[in-house]
Amino acid sequence: MTGRLHPGLIAFAVAVYIFLMGPLVIVIGASLSDTTYLTFPPQGLTLRWFERIFEMSAFRRTMITSFQMATLSTLLALLIGIPAAYALNRFRIALPSWLSTLFVLPVLVPEIVLGFSLLRSVQVGAGVPVFWALLIGHTLIVLPYAVRVVSAALASFDFSIEEAAISLGSPPVKTFFTIVLPNVQAGVIAAFILAFITSINDVSVSLFLTGPGISTLPIQILAHVEQFFDPVVASVSVLLMVLTVAVMAVVERTLGLTFLAK
Amino acid sequence: MKRLAGWTMSAPATLLVALCLIVPVTATIAATFVTGQGPFAAYAAFFGSGFRRAVLIRTLEIAGATTILSLLIGFLTAYVVSRAPPRWRSILIIMAVFPLLTGVVVRSFAWLIILGRNGIVNNTLVGLGITAEPLPMIYTQGSVIVAMVYLFVPLMVLTLVGVLENIPDDVIQAAQSLGAGPFATFREVIFPLAVPGLIVGAVLVFTGSFTSYATPQLLGGERQMVMGTLLHQRAMVAFDWPGAATISAIMVAVTLAVVLGMTRVAKRLNPMAT
Repeated sequence: MTGRLHPGLIAFAVAVYIFLMGPLVIVIGASLSDTTYLTFPPQGLTLRWFERIFEMSAFRRTMITSFQMATLSTLLALLIGIPAAYALNRFRIALPSWLSTLFVLPVLVPEIVLGFSLLRSVQVGAGVPVFWALLIGHTLIVLPYAVRVVSAALASFDFSIEEAAISLGSPPVKTFFTIVLPNVQAGVIAAFILAFITSINDVSVSLFLTGPGISTLPIQILAHVEQFFDPVVASVSVLLMVLTVAVMAVVERTLGLTFLAK
Repeated sequence: MKRLAGWTMSAPATLLVALCLIVPVTATIAATFVTGQGPFAAYAAFFGSGFRRAVLIRTLEIAGATTILSLLIGFLTAYVVSRAPPRWRSILIIMAVFPLLTGVVVRSFAWLIILGRNGIVNNTLVGLGITAEPLPMIYTQGSVIVAMVYLFVPLMVLTLVGVLENIPDDVIQAAQSLGAGPFATFREVIFPLAVPGLIVGAVLVFTGSFTSYATPQLLGGERQMVMGTLLHQRAMVAFDWPGAATISAIMVAVTLAVVLGMTRVAKRLNPMAT
């Protein structure tokens, strides 16, 4: 796309990007401050707040829970989401059109309402233990990514390749793993990453489902900020940003980063 | 045969959504109509309370302001990104994706460091002698809106860059060769073609900010209670589950109305639709 841009517009966009990046830079700065309160620019430089995270059992425990939740819910969502995405594409005509809408419902229903409803019906009503209720909640909110992103990848897959393999004697299940799955690999990786990030950052569903002894990192951060205004939270935030950068690096290596913008 | 195979493969995911989303959410909403004091008693109680009405109105105001500001900022920024040289364009897109992948808690918390009592803004103002005392900036409606705009601008930019990139060069050149200046081209060609994208962006931002919890909790606290924080307070602090269910039902109703209403508008306005 060619054409000149008005200098005023460019200046505006630069200002917007400073607005987007500034707060993140400030969090990094605040995490290094050698003060007991949060401040920017940092006064004195120290890494002790990063050590402090691992000394505090509440952060250690919730970090582990968050990783478990993100990994398990993403794998579960892919396990049930990939066959659903396959069915939606392969048997499109045989299935009702509302079925694909069904899998987007977790995005349409306000997350906080879903969290409260899961507390009422699943945790209290059906007596599901905290860990499993939390896992159900997380699997639900990441399921749309698994179904939609894999489905988008399958939409451009030529199913006649699969039919050719089957007609040449390859068993259907083996064909799925050797022919179909490798062709939609990029979609599966993208779905994994989006789902993982969504789970690890979730607040609204976890808010209602965490219980005594089991909490997730974002909920712990919220609870900590309400009591103490020290740089520990800034350093935890930096760790989460590092995780995001790592994820983006993986995407860059495997798919190219502009993939995420599609 | 195909029918059976299709249903079997989608059965686990369908069952999960049906049993753990549709049933619980429907149960929550149904409970608001079965209070033992007539079907609409729960809603009469909600709208009869001046405080709760104020919370609903405040939430609508915050969501509305966030949507309008994000639309304006996002549209102009996305326009620049879509017309930038290819190498710059990918850098700018990455810089918009990064905040989006960073969690809501981290991004809201950042504004506490900026707007807090000992935050950057206050330290600067006091340091320059503009004010003697730090200004109370957090726990105001403005601070919640600023943080929410910050939260949603990247989403708006990414939604609109795709739409703006898809406007064919020919259309713009045609307008220009017919004598349209840059402003007329923008108003008469680019903007109308971007309307469907603007509607999608507006729906995402409005429903997202209307139902948000972490940002208003951190930057608004109890003084700027919104539907999300009120729902949490009713359910987990006051243990008033019927009250929380009513708030849930109203949130679902508003979200559905916005999604369905705007989808209608989008269909009518889409100039590419035949």
